[in-house]
Parts: sequence; C-alpha cells; structure tokens
Amino acid sequence: MANAMRDVAIVGVAESDLGRVPDKSKFQLSAEASRLALDDAGLSVKDVDGLFTTIITEGGQFSSMMMAEYMGITPRFTDSTSIGGSSFVAYVEHAAMAIATGLCDVALICHGSTNISDRGGKGGPMSASTEVFGPSQFEEPYGVSTVGSYALAAQRHMHEYGTTSEQLAEIAVATRKWASMNPKARMRDPITIDDVMNSRVIASPLHLLDCCLVTDAGGAVVLTSLERARDLKKTPVQVLGTGEAHTHRMISQMPDLTQTAAAISGKLAFERSGLTHSDIDVAEIYDSFTITVLLTLESLGFCAKGEGGAFVSNQRTAPGGDFPMNTQGGALSYTHPGMFGIFTVIEGVRQVRGECGPRQVPNAQVALCNGTGGVLSSTGTIILGRD
Amino acid sequence: MALPPLPQPYQDTAAYWEAAKDHRFIIQKCNECGEFQFYPRGVCSHCLSSDLDWQEASGKAEIYSCSVNYRAPHPGFADATPFVLAIVTLEEGPRMMTNIIGCDPESVKIGMAVSVVFEDVTDEVTLPKFTPI
Repeated sequence: MANAMRDVAIVGVAESDLGRVPDKSKFQLSAEASRLALDDAGLSVKDVDGLFTTIITEGGQFSSMMMAEYMGITPRFTDSTSIGGSSFVAYVEHAAMAIATGLCDVALICHGSTNISDRGGKGGPMSASTEVFGPSQFEEPYGVSTVGSYALAAQRHMHEYGTTSEQLAEIAVATRKWASMNPKARMRDPITIDDVMNSRVIASPLHLLDCCLVTDAGGAVVLTSLERARDLKKTPVQVLGTGEAHTHRMISQMPDLTQTAAAISGKLAFERSGLTHSDIDVAEIYDSFTITVLLTLESLGFCAKGEGGAFVSNQRTAPGGDFPMNTQGGALSYTHPGMFGIFTVIEGVRQVRGECGPRQVPNAQVALCNGTGGVLSSTGTIILGRD
Repeated sequence: MALPPLPQPYQDTAAYWEAAKDHRFIIQKCNECGEFQFYPRGVCSHCLSSDLDWQEASGKAEIYSCSVNYRAPHPGFADATPFVLAIVTLEEGPRMMTNIIGCDPESVKIGMAVSVVFEDVTDEVTLPKFTPI
C-alpha cells in the first residue's frame, strides 16, 4: 500500500476569496475553491468521482452529501471524516488510498467556512449554549476554550522544559515575515518579539499574537493517479508518504500535554516515504497557536522533546533561515477559517511546484504538511514530492 | 446574569452529578481490571468492562497544568474573569478539568497540592472545584 500510494498525485490546488467575505456562504466558498482547483488541474467537476469534506458549523450535517448535492457531484467514494482541522490532511491519505485501489479516479477535497462573518465580523467565542450534553459536560462548565486548552499545553511545556514566551514569539515573528511576501495574507505588517510579548494575555501564557486569525476562507485540493496526472496542466506532486492518528478528544484526556499525535502520524509518513528529516525542504505546520508548532516540530522528530524552543530561536523558520516553515504566512498571519489543514496542503504543493514567487523556497523538492485538529487531538501528516 | 454552560446529566453521569449535589466527590473503579477512570462512562476505558463501581474519592489532587484565562469563553463567564482553568491529577490517578478557586489566580502553579470544594451553581447543579491546601 505504501508504494501504491506513490502512484497518486496532487494535480490541483486553490483558495477561494479569503478574509472577510460576508456576501458568500461557506458552501459557495468551498465550491468556488473547488472550481479553481479543478481549473488548476485542467479537469472539470464532471471528472470528480470521489468527494472528501466536512463542515462542523451550522448547516453542515451530512457534509459530503450536502456538498456533493450543492456542486452536482455523484461520488462513488465519499468521506466526511471529522477530526477537526487535520481532516483535510488526513483526506489526502484517504484519497490516495481510494485512487491507488481503483475506488475512484479523481478525488476532490474541499473546505469552506465563514468563521468571522458568522460572528458578526468580530473574533472571540461563538458558543452560548447553556446545557452541555455528552462528555464535554466535564469541561465546558469550567470555562474551557480552544485557546485555554492550548494554553494548558504551553504552560506544561514551559514547566517541564523551561520553554519561554520569547521562544514561542519567535514563531509568530518568523511567520509574519513570510506573510509579508504573500499578497493573499491578511496580516502583513512586520512584528517583533516585543510586540508579541506586549500583546494582551488571552490565557496565560498565550498572548493575542500567539493565536491564529479568525477569517472566512475556502480551499480545495484535487488528486488523481500519477499516470493521468502526467497528462494534465501542472507538474504532478506525488504523495510520498502519509500518516494519521488521534489520541483524545478533550484536552483533560490528552495522555501527555507536551506530545501530539504527530509522533505517530509523522513516524508513519516518514516510514512510508522512505525519507528522513534532512530530505524535507519546506514544512507547512498547522499553527493554530505558536505552541502548536513547537509541540508538532518535537513530535515529528525535527528536534528532541523539550528542544523545540531552542530549535525555533534566532528566526530559524523565517525567510532565509535554515528551516523554512509556514511559507504562506500560516494560520497566524495568512488565514484561519476555524480549520486550516487544507491550506498546509495547498502551500506545500505550490512550493514543490516552484510557483510561490518571492516567497519560493529555492529548489524545494520535498514538502511536509502537518494538520492538527481538535485540541491537539488529531494529526495528519503528508510528505509531498515533485514528480 | 448569564449562567455558564451547565451539565445535562445522562445515563453515564447522573450518579456523579447527584453525588456532587450532596457535596460528595465520587469516581468510577473497574471491578474487572481495577483501574479508576474519569470522566464517568458506561464502560471501563481500559478494558471495556461494564462492571464498574462508584467510589468516594479522596478529593486530593495535584495541579498538572493551569492557565489564567482573561477572556470569557462564554457569556456566562463575563463576570468571572480572570479565572484559573486547570487539569488536576487525582490522588487515585485519573486527570480532570476544573477551576482552582479561593486564591489569587496569579499564585496558582503547576505541582501545587489542592483539594476538592463544591460550588453550588444553581439549585440543581453543583460543580466540584479545587482549592490550594
């Protein structure tokens, strides 16, 4: 199976309108990104016979049926795996498996969200339910939130390893430098470590600038067999290795607050690709918060556990640094519609194709993309390479 | 004033919330494998046995991680910020989400010893919380 998946390629990627898009529904953003990704591939919606999507906000139930109906698709392979923002990275594994085994020919992964417009254009929490059903009744009454959950992980990492807020800020600063070279990025003005440290604390130790944006956005990715891909418009980007895993749903149940499921999914992706860390030219790591990146880099094995703070210091992940990461500006500065995973794939593909203009990593042949979902709960890791 | 989100007891959890109302803190122990678990479930999360008993817990715990939250995650917390969100490790082993109360939020640290206290949020709902010993 590992080798068979090498015979699958990503052939189209695209974003929809990004940022604040109050006049378009999340369904439209998902469908418009799909059309653009199919155009990018030189394929039409009529070619699509596999659909992979999930919507976790209102009106999104039965997501793949709903989006297939919306776009006039009759899939023979359908998948609404819902593991948070990593779903769309895990879908690359699922789509590659489906194509490699002949269950479908052209797979469309799509995502749309109006995360900022749904909140009346303002950031901050959305939930106002007063009764909690199911296991989350052991967390929500205590005021748990996404940022609060990630803050608990950050605090524990600092306690165990002496990681500092300055080291977390390095990630936000480096990511903003990449964003400044991406016209589609929402936040493009340079920031300093002091700016991050002086931004207000949301949940200690995380400051406002340690947190991702809240935006509207859609994205789509198209895959087909490598054989068919070679006749299409763009250079095929091979799926070299994949992995997925989840360890918990609620943060209080996370086995170890300092290690994510990327320790599993990353190991699988490396093993299946036959590559090692030194083969990775560019990394696209879901950055819901600065701490997410630090934990993921350690869990993927780019550095030892506890050494993430030192690893990202001195702007190592910035343009010109020796570990180019989150080159479109990440969820911290480019866009973040609640679930970001698909955008790690889109940028990984563009880097490997060499079409990133000023922010292009020179001669990027191999990209690693890692999505994280829930509250450090799930991960999908993929390694992509130029055909 | 808006209420925080409150638990809607169900089959797995009714006994826990009923005990909390009486200011008792109970957790489940598996009769088949002997492991404690939190949160309450209809089966043991270690061995899938349905043979579970409720036991009075010691109410003693250690802070595994904590964060001072300055932004209300829900309208019901608008008057409650800053508050300490914490995961504590119970003396019996399992971890649980809670708040650390009865102290200066900024003084709360990982590793602190805490013990259970009961906050009657409404006539129907009592939340076990923790305070430094």
